[in-house]
Amino acid sequence: MAYLLEVQNLKKYFTKTSGLIKREEKHIKAVDNVSFGVRKGETLGLVGESGCGKSTTGRTILKLYKPTSGKIIFDGVDITNFSEKQMLPYRKKMQMIFQDPYASLNSRMTISDIIGEAIDTHNVASSKSEKSDMIASLLQRVGLMKDHASRYPHEFSGGQRQRIGIARALAVNPEFIICDEPISALDVSIQAQVVNMLEEIQQETGMGYLFIAHDLSMVKHISNRIGVMYLGQLVEIGNSDKLYSNPTHPYTKALLSAIPIPDPESEKSKSRIILQGDVPSPLNPPSGCHFRTRCQYCMERCSIEEPKLKTIDGDHQVACHLFDK
Amino acid sequence: MGKEKILEVKGLETSFFTHLGEVQSVRSVSFDIHKGEVVGIVGESGSGKSITCMSIMKLLQHPGKIKHGEVIFKGEDLVKKSPKEMRKIQGDEISMIFQDPMTALNPVYTIGNQMTEVIRAHKKISQKEAEKIAIKMLEAVGIPSPEQRLKNYPHEFSGGMRQRAIIAMALSCEPELLIADEPTTALDVTIQAQILDLLKGLREKLDTSIIFITHDLGVIAELCDKVIVMYGGMVMEEASVVDLFKEPKNPYTIGLLKSVPNPETLTKQTLVPIAGSPPDMLNPPKGCAFCNRCEYAVQKCLVEVPKLYDVGKDHKSRCHLYHPDTPNEVKIKREVI
Repeated sequence: MAYLLEVQNLKKYFTKTSGLIKREEKHIKAVDNVSFGVRKGETLGLVGESGCGKSTTGRTILKLYKPTSGKIIFDGVDITNFSEKQMLPYRKKMQMIFQDPYASLNSRMTISDIIGEAIDTHNVASSKSEKSDMIASLLQRVGLMKDHASRYPHEFSGGQRQRIGIARALAVNPEFIICDEPISALDVSIQAQVVNMLEEIQQETGMGYLFIAHDLSMVKHISNRIGVMYLGQLVEIGNSDKLYSNPTHPYTKALLSAIPIPDPESEKSKSRIILQGDVPSPLNPPSGCHFRTRCQYCMERCSIEEPKLKTIDGDHQVACHLFDK
Repeated sequence: MGKEKILEVKGLETSFFTHLGEVQSVRSVSFDIHKGEVVGIVGESGSGKSITCMSIMKLLQHPGKIKHGEVIFKGEDLVKKSPKEMRKIQGDEISMIFQDPMTALNPVYTIGNQMTEVIRAHKKISQKEAEKIAIKMLEAVGIPSPEQRLKNYPHEFSGGMRQRAIIAMALSCEPELLIADEPTTALDVTIQAQILDLLKGLREKLDTSIIFITHDLGVIAELCDKVIVMYGGMVMEEASVVDLFKEPKNPYTIGLLKSVPNPETLTKQTLVPIAGSPPDMLNPPKGCAFCNRCEYAVQKCLVEVPKLYDVGKDHKSRCHLYHPDTPNEVKIKREVI
């Protein structure tokens, strides 16, 4: 099946200038040569530690950041160099749910203004009464009441606010939603409510999701496929069950073994790979394979040559010299 | 456990007297901690887990106040102690690690300066000797080249290293009780694994008792001996870690366990969320704090706060369904997940 959204060799470099007289430019390679695709009705999870570039990837796809190079193809159309005006119809098709439900809603707008703004921008409703009907049904869809529409964000709890954020994203009937850590600011018992709702909506509408998160157990639960990122690069991507049961890249192995399992007995029998040290600075990443400084299988070749993503089995791809044939 | 009790919390009640009214954050919480034991406190935000520990440490700020209860530490009631007397205990016999390693350190002092300050506040030793202890502690928590690191400022440390430095600081006076308030929540999983591993090792070496506050059930399963589940300012369930995960006896705990996915299972699980949201502590429910979200709730739950019933060996649950006269068929059976 063709991809709904395809990203080819996407790069996003941020430039840091330092020095007053002798200008020095340094690049932070936040997203470095990332390629993947999301099909209709599919959820691709993107995991990695903080600073690995997963949120930047999401924002660059929506062109909230200007990509340095690479291609973003939505529904067969290359939108990489589209102007704001050309992007407008695509903004309707691609929406985003943000991480922090406290910061992503304007505290001076009522809920109907917040959701209605999206409807107005894209002329989804033909009349005022249709608009208010739409807002009411959207609120009901996300488990809120229609008389909540006249309230302000501060009157809602974190979980309810995140629902409003979801309703806003759904208002324009998108085909693709980027969920940027939509549950990490929520309590455990509320997380499941939101995740279940996202799953139901997907089943009803056949939307594609890019689900960015660092909670690895939740990502596995919701995703069909998962991509693992480290220092701006995609190191492994594959079917989520296969990836979790048979992680291949040394980083994926360490990352997955670090998840605490809510079961004390399997906890005891589990052997954990503890990575030494911290993630190196993206300003000055190690040469060759970025993970080599923390990798227990590091070879001479790893410091010289950057490994490329290679298919090892079906749609399972990994970037590591250990799997070169 | 045959070991001596080092901390006894009895009927602790803490409230915040705000302009809107009294917020009852902690409502009659009691528990014991034995020597060398790791006790986990789980709960959602606002369940009172942090405030319980702040009350034990007496770090509450205005308008917070301990209304009732006793906190017996080594035979003495901490609630009755003056701030001056408490300062001798804080950081020496009871230490605390805070959630956010980015804000727990003072950015304008070096790590060495902050560490020796704690040590010299409690021990009559010279700056040189204090530095030696600081170096030894930094080494113990796995910070490379500690002599040079003492001269660094917090911004030169990464998040994981800051948390290590804070742990080193908290342990530098060899406390008998360490309170860790979500010490790994702000960290990445790989760094979290490092810190948990470190805490496990230190506990074996020093035999320190630890109160570990978290909302992550996985972390609890990994580290703790005993678990206290809090909700709406009350202890809902108290059990050994194995019993809690194998045989949870409180509807809230069951709900919590069902709402987190276990990444080890291969089949697709359906998550069962707990409907509704936590109670408003400004105006807590008259009966059981969980009654409006509980699928087992009966009329009695709305009007009467249940007692903490004994439901097994060292296992207690606050639920009317465990009243001794409840017929067996009504008692909760946990569906096999």
